[in-house]
Amino acid sequence: MNRFWTYGLYGLALVCLIGIGLFSGRFTLYLAMRIMILSIFAMGYNVLFGRTGLLSFGHGAFYAGGAYGLALVAIHVSPHPLLGIAVGIALASLVALVIGYFCVRHTEIYFAMLTLAFGMMVFSLIWNLREITGGDDGLVGIARVPLSLGFFRIPLAKANHFYFFVLTFFLFALWTIHRILHSPFGLILSGIRENDRRIEFAGVSLRNYRLAAFVISGAFAGMAGGLSTLLESNTAPFSAHWTNSASPVLVSLIGGIHTFAGPVAGSLIFVVLREIIERFTHNWMLWFGIILLVIIMGFRGGVVGALSGLLNRKTRISPGR
Amino acid sequence: MLQSLVHVCLAGLSTGMFIWLVASGLTLIFGVLGVLNFAHGSFYMLGAYCCFAVLRLVGENFWLGLIFGPLCVAAVGFVIERFFIRYVYHLALPYQLLLTFAFVLVFDDIVKILWGAGSIGSPVVPGLSGSVSVVGRPFPVYSLFIIAVGPLIALFMWAFLERTWWGRIIRASSSDREMASAIGVRVPALYTAVFVIGTWLGAVGGGLAVPYVGLLTPGMGEAIIIDAFVVAVIGGMGSMKGAFLGALLIGLLSSFGTRFIPTFDMFLTFILMAAILLWRPQGLFGEKA
Repeated sequence: MNRFWTYGLYGLALVCLIGIGLFSGRFTLYLAMRIMILSIFAMGYNVLFGRTGLLSFGHGAFYAGGAYGLALVAIHVSPHPLLGIAVGIALASLVALVIGYFCVRHTEIYFAMLTLAFGMMVFSLIWNLREITGGDDGLVGIARVPLSLGFFRIPLAKANHFYFFVLTFFLFALWTIHRILHSPFGLILSGIRENDRRIEFAGVSLRNYRLAAFVISGAFAGMAGGLSTLLESNTAPFSAHWTNSASPVLVSLIGGIHTFAGPVAGSLIFVVLREIIERFTHNWMLWFGIILLVIIMGFRGGVVGALSGLLNRKTRISPGR
Repeated sequence: MLQSLVHVCLAGLSTGMFIWLVASGLTLIFGVLGVLNFAHGSFYMLGAYCCFAVLRLVGENFWLGLIFGPLCVAAVGFVIERFFIRYVYHLALPYQLLLTFAFVLVFDDIVKILWGAGSIGSPVVPGLSGSVSVVGRPFPVYSLFIIAVGPLIALFMWAFLERTWWGRIIRASSSDREMASAIGVRVPALYTAVFVIGTWLGAVGGGLAVPYVGLLTPGMGEAIIIDAFVVAVIGGMGSMKGAFLGALLIGLLSSFGTRFIPTFDMFLTFILMAAILLWRPQGLFGEKA
């Protein structure tokens, strides 16, 4: 595809996204927002997973960090949504910095198990510290107050207003992560994934770069957590549980972990497929599990990988990045 | 005070032995095949449900259920290894983990379809129900039974792995797969056999869990698998001795935690796991990777 078509497609996608916000019903809006929030979570996660080659099972903790950061600020300080999200991202990054400091000492399975342990520690704290976090009830009644920006006040309470709020963050995350992945920093991260020994010999501190990738992914998890709290108007303790930490892994794998669009496509497929399957049967996990089996046994490049493979074979263009 | 301490210890021992029953199969599979099996919790759950089903079928006999239920699950384990896991040994860790995770999702829903989404009450075990008095306070007989069964299974596995020809072959393949196949071991068939044994152990753990936990729920596998992971990590991935002692440690820690600092009891387990991973990533008894 040449440049013209690429920008044409981006433009078309943007028009579609704005169109959804203007003309859709509440249910479609809700689904679209869920997809975008999951995309932010998965795109950030994939900086660590697909790019740096570290499999974390603790990112639910940072998602919850964003969610509870926003909720606590909304309840105790001020319900301003931007302030809440900023605090949520800050809290998630801080937790990621502390946890990451310990976790990046190891790689592979030990890294996965360490992040699992730390993630479940955060879960157990949220679950048991009832006075602060509401325990198993979570924090409820987080209102979407109007967004006041000096002279403007933008109402967010309605779904179609809030949709544009989420869309802004989604585009911001998309742009930021694209910049990160295509910067020299991003190249070093993929170098670490391919051959960490060589990168180390080039004089790069593996630990610091891994930690940086960890905190970046944690920050985006926090953003997703904060947005989802505003969307659902409550926080769930199980967002810190390892089952939630597994969702960005699944989404990235479905879409394709070594592609930029993979996590977004994966989120779209994940949410839409779930809706479709649930129309027909209560057993969506069974079908989702079977689809996952098929992907792992046959299409390990994910959907985006398989599609671009198909496209490249047809048009005989050498594979791009 | 002493009375309460004894009871906390006993509760810890029974919890530990119970986790060991599940972790033993997980550790065996990880040690030989190198696959960390998320689906082990599902085998535990399937074991519990199959025991229950057999028990219903043959007329409320717990022991027949415990014999035939896990055999059905072992057959499921055979299919999974032979047709799925065999093809991912050479792949990166995330794919192996996610393949087994996919089975967790599938089995959770299959159990819901076959036995319903609600909880099922546990059957009564003849001769092991009720409680006896231990230092002047009642303690469930079944927990004492679990405390006895745990070391028995440990002994059986030790004898199997260290004292039989089969055990030697398994240990040889686990330490050097290529060398073992060079001297004529059919490694793929052996892997299948080990996976089936591991599955069977998980299912037996599930079967024994039924009267201990008291309820059968479709999500019961997810709760136990993390405990089993913790134990496998603490003891050293692949070390049987480590898993046994790790299970005891976790059991006692959680029982003392629940008794004295209930708010942080789950926290303690995971901080122990993280501390051991940071201090000795290979675990207490694992060989250096």
